[in-house]
Parts: sequence; structure tokens; C-alpha cells
Amino acid sequence: MNKHLLSINDVSAEDVVRVLDTAESFREVGTRVIKKVPALRGRTVVNLFYENSTRTRISFELAAKRLSADVINFSTSGSSVSKGESLKDTALTLQAMGADAIVIRHSSSGSPYTLTKWVKGSVLNAGDGTHEHPTQALLDLYTIREKLGRFEGLRAAIVGDVLHSRVARSLSFGLLKMGAEVTLVGPPTLIPPDASAWGVQVSYDIDGVLPKLDVCYMLRVQRERQRQQYFPSVREYSRLFGLTRDRVAMLPEGCLIMHPGPMNRGVEIDSDVADLPQAVIEEQVTNGIAVRMSLLYLMLGGAVTEEVSERD
Amino acid sequence: MTEHTLFRGARVVDPASGRDGTIDVLIEGGTVAAVGGGTERRGATVLDCRGLVLAPGLVDLHAHLRQPGREDKETVETGSRAAAVGGYTAVAAMANTDPVADNAAVIEEVRSLAARAGLCDVFPVGAITKGLGGEEMAEVGEMAQAGVRVFSDDGRCIPSARVLRNALRYARAFDVVIAEHCEDASLSEGAQMHEGLHSSTLGLAGAPAEAEEVAVFRDLALARLTGGRLHLCHLSAAGSVELVRLAKASGLRVTAEVTPHHLAFSDEDLVTYDTNFKVNPPLRTVEDRDALRAAVADGTIDAIATDHAPHAVEEKEAEFDQSPPGTIGLETALAAVLTNLVEPGLISLSRTIEAMSATPATILGAAEHGGPIEPGRPANLVAFDPAADWLVQAPFASRSRNSAFLGKRLRGKVIHTMYRGQLVVADGKAQR
Repeated sequence: MNKHLLSINDVSAEDVVRVLDTAESFREVGTRVIKKVPALRGRTVVNLFYENSTRTRISFELAAKRLSADVINFSTSGSSVSKGESLKDTALTLQAMGADAIVIRHSSSGSPYTLTKWVKGSVLNAGDGTHEHPTQALLDLYTIREKLGRFEGLRAAIVGDVLHSRVARSLSFGLLKMGAEVTLVGPPTLIPPDASAWGVQVSYDIDGVLPKLDVCYMLRVQRERQRQQYFPSVREYSRLFGLTRDRVAMLPEGCLIMHPGPMNRGVEIDSDVADLPQAVIEEQVTNGIAVRMSLLYLMLGGAVTEEVSERD
Repeated sequence: MTEHTLFRGARVVDPASGRDGTIDVLIEGGTVAAVGGGTERRGATVLDCRGLVLAPGLVDLHAHLRQPGREDKETVETGSRAAAVGGYTAVAAMANTDPVADNAAVIEEVRSLAARAGLCDVFPVGAITKGLGGEEMAEVGEMAQAGVRVFSDDGRCIPSARVLRNALRYARAFDVVIAEHCEDASLSEGAQMHEGLHSSTLGLAGAPAEAEEVAVFRDLALARLTGGRLHLCHLSAAGSVELVRLAKASGLRVTAEVTPHHLAFSDEDLVTYDTNFKVNPPLRTVEDRDALRAAVADGTIDAIATDHAPHAVEEKEAEFDQSPPGTIGLETALAAVLTNLVEPGLISLSRTIEAMSATPATILGAAEHGGPIEPGRPANLVAFDPAADWLVQAPFASRSRNSAFLGKRLRGKVIHTMYRGQLVVADGKAQR
């Protein structure tokens, strides 16, 4: 494993498998009465959240705590600039306090890269602007592998506001790395320029894509994109790109329906679709803790075998 | 007794006279006394310039000296020193100061600060519109009468075609140059870099090359309509170059500049979110960069200008989208051009001096700069070692250190800069 996790591209295909395998052994911890192993006892993990994200923060917090690490939550809304203390000064403070790992969520793309200049510990990107969200991609890969048993040759569509989605970037690169085929689907205004150079297919017609899928991954579409004129109305967006009951019927049997949350029910996904058995949205959340445990463990801990065997 | 300085054994490259050869140059007081024959003077300070190139001092059409208003980033004095260290003897200081240089009083203030520093000539650029607001024309005539030759709202493109049309028309009365920063703001709103594969991968909002090209096309059309004298600042896109090429072929009186950083780098360099590569216009693709290099070679782009843009350390250390665009450039410009264009054989040394001295001097109306190096001419000269290899690192003579070239090795180093007969830089070191 690399020292930092800034982009999913920092993780080789081999390491992805390692992360997922390790997560699998950690997932059992979550089912115990005492959900804790001593693997990172005495290590300090800081959750540095410049953007509100209760789900991701709690997931990281639980992951670190289940590994017995000391966890500090440093949350602040808005940019460091508006807050008055620079990212650099915050970083130096955390460094002085001896943070072994800093999990950063920030509204500015690239902030985790900037952070690495000032801290000695590992930096984990928990979502930076419209860039990447690599731990989300890894938990999605975990969920896909668990349900479908493989990546090679799988056909996945990522549907919606790809342009502004850090989840879409990380997941696209991750799936491609593991040998899956990826099609980005959405209105042309929400597909990143030159995205096909990533090695993905691009389609503006969801109905043409659905019948061939193994994974249908829906992205959250924010209503403010309408105000920014990316599409004319939320109603039209839902009609053209939303995953409705009728569209679910076009999916092959066994195709997973996924969503990184939080969902806009009725916009990108119909309310009852989200509750179908092939929708694995809650499992994604559950798996998030095990995958983040695995990452913290592999990045901060040592060899897998001895310490994992220590648990209980 | 008058002081004499002899540049001995240098290769003199002086496009204004067409000279390119090894010849001695004698300076007496503030002027060139002799070139070639009759250069021996008893008691003259002799500078051994074997292996060096001697050329007219460089002239920068585009620098932000930040004074008045942001003296924490740069002052006229520190900017002048950076210019001297980079081999410049004349610099055009952009108008986006605080207060804006949109009236003769600010112009005079900048001039007097420059005179007090005495390290190079500073030519204040006047704003085209009041407060750079893009709406009301500034008192162009009064500033022209105070000696301003170039007007620009640089940093902003004049949003209204009508306002620009009138400025180009009005400027004709004084034969002054309107220098435009070409950017359609509606296409570049929120942009952090060039729009393309890399902006998509990095998740940064991009401005397409067309944001510049649309404005270039509009401006060329208005120059044609008005007969006004248009100069296009810091071109960044292959499409813009093509538009200028066509306009020139049709006889339009237009000039254009490019920065050393646009000639050296591309959007690939942003992959680590290094804010020193965040500039406006943004670094574009390798293809754009190559088109810019070719345009310098064939003369479509007339001049190389630094767009020296100092920023405070804490501003450039901020998150990428919070950081202001700009790189300093005065101290690295010549070396960047020598390394990226001369070394690979794209342009000659003579073309380099033409694009960095003779032509900008003409555009700026800086008659005492740009050569020719001939008896009786003011002694504004640079001697540089085209082969010296060096690492760009802080500290700089500039008060800021936001250089896109930080940590890069460049070839070509300024050894002496002579301003009005005074060695303001000797053996690579600023003397004052």
C-alpha cells in the first residue's frame, strides 16, 4: 500500500484485492457483541471534515474505533479560508499532536494533496470537491465482488451527474483497473469533457444501456444543477435519466442497483426502487466500515496475518 | 572623469542592427561609446565576456508590480530588482493596482517610485476603463499625454464589445496601444484550469480554449472595424494563434504576446495540484504549447512577456480553488526561453532577443531600449551565459516566490545587466 490514499489510482489492482480480502476478515468483527480488535491500539486517527458528511465521518470513526485507535473529530463547515485558520496551520497543529492518519473531507478538489506537504502521517481522502472519493469506490468494489463474485468482464453503468461526482471518478477508475467495463450515462452537460479518454463508454440514452448491465450505479443529482442550467428541470431529468420501476424491468436478472447516498428519492431513483432486493444500498453502508478498517489497518498497521490473528 | 566599461569578447546579438558576432562594446557614462574599433580606454573597467552573449536589455510588456496597494507581494523597487536580475532594463507595469492606474496621478506615482529605485525603466500601463470596471472609459487622453503608450484592463477582458470598440477608436487620436486580456468570462466562470482530460480527471472546473478564442475573434473584428492598435496579451491556445495568423495575413495591425510559462508547461503539470501552475489564462494542452512555440518561431506571436504575477505565500498555499492565479517570471523568463525554445533549435538567439527586447520596445514606445547597440545609444544591455545550468530556487529578488519554475533546472543565466550605463547586476548579483 502507498503511504497515502489520495486517489484510487494510488492503489494497484493487487492492493485492491488485498484491501477487500482484509475487509472481509474485519467484517466479522462488526457482527460480534464486542466489536473491537486491538490492531491500532495507541495510534491516533484524526477525522478532518471541512464539509458536512455525517455518514462518512461516522463510518471512519467506527472503523478506527473498532481497531482500538484513538479518534479525534475535527469538523468545521466551510473552507479553511472562511474559517480564518489556513489548511496549513490546521495541518501543522494536527501534526504537532501526533496524528498517525488524517482522514480529510474537503470541498476543494486536491486538498488532500496539499495536506500531504505538511503532515508526516498518512492522508486518506474521504472526498475532495469534485475530484475523488476512493474509500467509497473501494467499498463499492467490495459490495460488487461480494454479490457478483468477480470484476473481469462485468458491465457497469454510472448514471447521473458524473461531472460533479467524486464517487463516479473513483469508481470508474477502480472498475476499469479491475477489468470491468464502464459506461457513463447522463445528459451531455453532466459528462466530463474528454471522459472517453479514461477508457469508459459514454451514453446519453439510459434505456439503451440498461438491458446489458451487471451493475447500475445511480448518482445523486443536486437540484442546484438545474439553476446552473445543466438541465432544464428536475422533472425532465427524472424522466430521462431516473431509475424508475419501468426501467428496473429492463435490467437483466441479478443486476445490482447501487447508490452512494444520500438519495434524492423521486429524482434519480424512485422511492420503491431503492427498497427492492437487488438494491444493495444499505449493504454498501455496512461494508464501508469493514473496508475503512481494512485501509486504516493496512496503511497504519503491519503485516495482516499476525495482528488479525490476535483479535478477540 | 567619465567612467568607462568595456564588454570584451562577448557574442553581440542585436537584431535591431542585424549584428550577430563577437565584438567589443565600450560604454562611456550612460551611453554606448564604441562598438568594434576604438574600444580601448585607459582605466576602463573590463568585463571578460568570453562565452557570454551581449544583447540589448530585455523589455517586458507585462508585469504586475503590485504597487500601490499590495506591497506585501511586490513593490516597484523589488519588482525592478527582479527585472534587473532577469536581464530586463524596461518593464511595463500593469494597471490593476489599488488604486487602479486609471488616472495620471497613479501613473506619476509609479514612475516616481521607479525613478527612486533606479534599477530599470518602468512604463506604467494605463487602465482602459475606470477602476477596471469595464464600463466607463478612463481618461486615456490625459494618461497618453503623460506618456502612457499602452492601455490595458489586464486581469479582465472588456466585457462589452461596444466599450472596447470605443476604446480602440478613441485611442487612435493618441496612437496608443489597447492591450486585451482575451477571455469570455461566461465561458470561464469558476474555472481553475484548462478544460479537458486533465480537468476532468482532477475534478477541477475548466475553461475551454474557446473562452479565449471567442474573445480573440471579437477583438480582431473590432480592431478591423476601428483601425485601432490592438495588442493581445498572453495567448494560450492554438486556435488563438491561428486567428492572429489569419488577421496578420489580411493586413491587420495587431500584435500578440505569449508568456514563458505557456511556452514551457501544459495542463499535465497540474496533476499534483501545485498552485504555482495555476495561472490565467490556464496552461493548456501540449498541442497548444507546441503551437505557441511555433508561433514565436514564425513571428505570428511578436513578443514574449512574463505576466510576472507575485502572490503572497499564504495565498498560494491555500486550497487550489482558493488560490489566486499567477506565477512570477521576471527572473526566469530568459532562461525558460533559452531552455525550451533555443536549446531544442526552435528559434535562434537573434529571434529570442527580438521577441524579448527589440519588438516589445517598439510596441511599448521605449525608444531607449531594444537596441540597436550603436555609439550614442543609451547603454541598456544584458550579458548572459547561454550554457550555464542552474536550479531555480528561493530566495528570489522578487518579494514573492510563487514560481512555476521552482525546482526546475534551466539553462542560461544572466551575468550582467547594465541600466543607463550602471551595472545594476554584476556577476549574477544585484548590486543594489
